[in-house]
Amino acid sequence: MAQKRASPYPYWFVLPSAVVFITLFLVPTLVSFWFSLTRWDLFTAEYIGLDNYRQFFKEPFLVQGLINTLIYAVTTSGAKTVLGLLLAVLLTSGIWMQSFLRSVVFFPVLVSTIGVGITFTVLMHPTKGSINIALSYLGIDGPTWLADPALALYSVAFIDVWKGVGLATLIYIAGLAAISPDYYEAARIDGATRLQQFWRVTVPLVRPATVTVITLSLIGGLRSFDVIWATTRGGPGFASDVLASVIYKQYQAGFYGLSTAGNVILFLLIAVIVIPMTAWFQKRELDL
Amino acid sequence: MTRRQRLIGLVSLIVATVVFIVPFVFILFMAVKSKSEAALFTFTWPTEWFFVENLIEVVKARNYMLLLAYFNSTVITVGAVALLIVFGAMVGYILQRRPSGWNKVIYACVLMGLMVPPAVVPTIWVLQGLNLFKTLTGMVLIHVAYGLAFSVLLYRSFIGTIPRELDEAARIDGAKPLQIFFKVILPLLKPVTVTLIVVQSIAIFNDFTNALYYLPGKENVTVQLTLFNFQSQFRSQFNLLFMNILLVTIPPLLVFIFFNRQIVAGMTSGAVKG
Repeated sequence: MAQKRASPYPYWFVLPSAVVFITLFLVPTLVSFWFSLTRWDLFTAEYIGLDNYRQFFKEPFLVQGLINTLIYAVTTSGAKTVLGLLLAVLLTSGIWMQSFLRSVVFFPVLVSTIGVGITFTVLMHPTKGSINIALSYLGIDGPTWLADPALALYSVAFIDVWKGVGLATLIYIAGLAAISPDYYEAARIDGATRLQQFWRVTVPLVRPATVTVITLSLIGGLRSFDVIWATTRGGPGFASDVLASVIYKQYQAGFYGLSTAGNVILFLLIAVIVIPMTAWFQKRELDL
Repeated sequence: MTRRQRLIGLVSLIVATVVFIVPFVFILFMAVKSKSEAALFTFTWPTEWFFVENLIEVVKARNYMLLLAYFNSTVITVGAVALLIVFGAMVGYILQRRPSGWNKVIYACVLMGLMVPPAVVPTIWVLQGLNLFKTLTGMVLIHVAYGLAFSVLLYRSFIGTIPRELDEAARIDGAKPLQIFFKVILPLLKPVTVTLIVVQSIAIFNDFTNALYYLPGKENVTVQLTLFNFQSQFRSQFNLLFMNILLVTIPPLLVFIFFNRQIVAGMTSGAVKG
């Protein structure tokens, strides 16, 4: 039998990656569906049906965590998209010190989240924090930020936006650079004002960047853990708990089955939101 | 530059300074203050600078734990980034050079890797079964598993720009597949490799969540975990806590100053294509 000449691109090149990815990512993801149906201590797993899920939707603080996750993801993603676009427009308009300003806005993205979280817990201190002291100079009685159950989640979201808006801005700057100046020229000749140019030219043509920013920040927001853990640890009470912090708390408490059920819920939540959204964005793309 | 642009620039500069720079200046001031002055939390110029004293005290704390943490974090980062480069480039290479039905499977995996949140407790279960739980090796492999998707995407698109004729020429000269890959292809991927090194090493150095789950225990402590643990230990010594924050902020700052271009390339790659 004639031996087939070996391809210079052997499939086994994929093998090292496949082994690591399958054992440490795919297998845990697949078995999580089974373990979420059990009472589990890592050694023995006892099948208890959907009890973990029932508990998840019965306990008020767990339900609160689910709702908070959605609020947190939508707030941070929305703020990053809007502020990112505005900052990108500003930072591409040829203003003074433009490249320095770009660096300043982007740098927090690269800094340790834990470091940022601790810094802001001090800055947001109700009485001694610099933010409230600055507000008091303006005659405003500042809120208690992270200590106020009604406000804690939004205070954390603010820190998240502060840290992450630079990435959205960067993606938008790249998107704006891809728009041909001819469109603006044409719009100007037709007598469009700057505001009209923004709404009629910039916003529609920068759409690919918008899709990226929304998708990335929404997935990131739904999975968010470290900013919350470095600032409030889900508190006060359960006021700023999200799915990721619930998963960690249940893990710490030894409820591995329940923790894993939380993981499956987070996975399903991301899938249910992101997959239709991506499909919708693509359909709109074709319509345009 | 018009007067209007200069004016907008000036106003933006003032706002950006207050919003984005003040917190970093605050970190610096807190880090050099005395214990009692730092406890006031005020945003004021330090009356006395205790930079060296605070630095020494932080490094000495808990029997030089910070040095151990820097060592561990460096080992994890270097190990994981090295594997991400070689493994990611190999997959990207096969994806681009030898399209087959498997490509769809690989792309599905890449998409999952970017989107699906890791199932933490089952991962611990797997790591325990492999005797990799609480080990640096385990941590390195976790980072490889989680970072591969990004790495493969980045390499795949770049390999498309390298002409196949180069592979052919090497093959005719008698090079084996591994030789073609390591001696011809990998060196040509240097621009992407640099970008990947910079972006991934910052991400892995800053990683907190994964170390919290998969690497508990004093002997394996990483830089971010040290910082988190000091948060409770230094409750009354905010100057030391902030000196620690300053120390973890400096490495990304240096990388940012030297590799600004690569970071921007990495963070926006593929982004605009949608």
